Amino acid sequence: MALYSEKVMDHFRNPRNVGTIENADGMGEVGNAKCGDIMKIYLKIENDIIADVKFETFGCGSAIASSSMATEMIKGKPLSEALALTNKAVAEALDGLPAHKLHCSVLAEEAIKNAVLDYYKRSGIPYDEEAFRTCEHCGDES
Amino acid sequence: MQVYADNAATAPIRPAALEAYVTAARKFYGNPSSLHETGQAAKEALENSRGRIARALGATNADKIIFTSGGSEADNQAIFSAARAGARKGKRKIVSTAIEHHAVLHPLEKLRREGFEVVLVPVNQNGIVSVQDIEKELSDDVCLVSVMLANNEIGTLQPVREIGAVCKARKIPLHTDAVQAVGHIPVNAAELGADYLSLSAHKFGGPRGCGALYVRAGAPLFPLIEGGAQEKGKRAGTENLPAIVATAVALDEALNALPQTAQKLTRLRDRLIAGLSKIPHSALNGDEKQRLPGNVSFCFEGIEGEGLLLYLSDMGVFASSGSACTSGSLDPSHVLLAIGRVHDVAHGSLRLTLGEENTEEEVDYLISSVCEVVEKLRAFSPVWRELTNGKRKFIL
Repeated sequence: MALYSEKVMDHFRNPRNVGTIENADGMGEVGNAKCGDIMKIYLKIENDIIADVKFETFGCGSAIASSSMATEMIKGKPLSEALALTNKAVAEALDGLPAHKLHCSVLAEEAIKNAVLDYYKRSGIPYDEEAFRTCEHCGDES
Repeated sequence: MQVYADNAATAPIRPAALEAYVTAARKFYGNPSSLHETGQAAKEALENSRGRIARALGATNADKIIFTSGGSEADNQAIFSAARAGARKGKRKIVSTAIEHHAVLHPLEKLRREGFEVVLVPVNQNGIVSVQDIEKELSDDVCLVSVMLANNEIGTLQPVREIGAVCKARKIPLHTDAVQAVGHIPVNAAELGADYLSLSAHKFGGPRGCGALYVRAGAPLFPLIEGGAQEKGKRAGTENLPAIVATAVALDEALNALPQTAQKLTRLRDRLIAGLSKIPHSALNGDEKQRLPGNVSFCFEGIEGEGLLLYLSDMGVFASSGSACTSGSLDPSHVLLAIGRVHDVAHGSLRLTLGEENTEEEVDYLISSVCEVVEKLRAFSPVWRELTNGKRKFIL
């Protein structure tokens, strides 16, 4: 289908890191069912490294592909790299997304940030609030 | 296996219509407005096609059939004509329904911005408007009632004949968007009491880019396109003759086969509905019986429609959805919202529309494919997880 790149379709057809992590160290959720997109990211952290990451997504093809690509990009990476992941990088790694679907990559970036934030909060690790500012119109608005 | 189940979006062109198209393009190359023999031959083919379509719709010789670029243009012309005539008499209220096609809703919205009062009457949860609810809105300042004959998304049939009788008694013009109905259920403009009736050729196996507007004798009509005397001055531009000829052929063929086709499609439709109903937490959209023979529309809780369509496409199943993601807007289909589906559920909608070519074997493949894909999407849906672990309440 010409709507999406081959990369998007590959990640949509064979999503990587699908599922949940029991006793996850961090969990992030963005979006809401009313708007048709919910993304949930689970993290297992070992020595500041993302040892494992899983996702669950309710949403369109590009939301599923963005979650899959984003988890692949941060798996095995230090937390600092995960926090530096931008929606633009996710979209580029997917060989681009249609303009009206770019918010899916924003959701992926935010879900990861929320999961890391959750990990920091749970573990009592100090963090820089500035790094967790989210895009207002993409968050929960129900 | 490949199953095309998107016939309400567009139906494959009938071989006889395609042949008629090619033949007409070759044979009637003249311009129907030209006085020479070649032009007059084209003119004859044009009028012959107009006559065939008029007869098929139960029109009298005094009524008009205006050829347009399609259903949308026909809807626009009917609405703007009635509104303009109404405004001249100081009548500036239009009554329609909440489930009309955008080709009706958007012109109405435009008129609302221009000062008309537009009332969109709600439908019941089965997707059918009540005659009484329409009647309640009828007053002396109403210049048009516009009610579709069959809904494009959920296939529900509207009580247009009864609404027509009510309108006739009050001398209020009635337009019906019959784009999804013509060729699929019997449609007789006079019996419906319609002053305007829109149709689109590619919904019944004709070519795309061709439609028609039936206009009852005496009903006001103004052109949307100026620039020539074609269509009695009501639609300028050289006629799309090959398409018009092919439309008449397609309509005749569809109507000849209609009784058998409707019976066959109703059987296949009910088989499909029964099969998909077995999916837990799913629901049929629209009335079970008062619907087009080939229309099946469902909502599946916990999933989103675009993923459903794309996975189905990979399996060779071609369908459509009323989810926001497929429409390019933030909101899911206004039709699904109008029948009371909440956003969360409306996002997980699927429309399968069957055509003459579909078989029982294909319907069974549709059922198994949809079951498989719904399960696949639910397996990694956080909404479905919350529904199944009790954190979120099931709606369906």
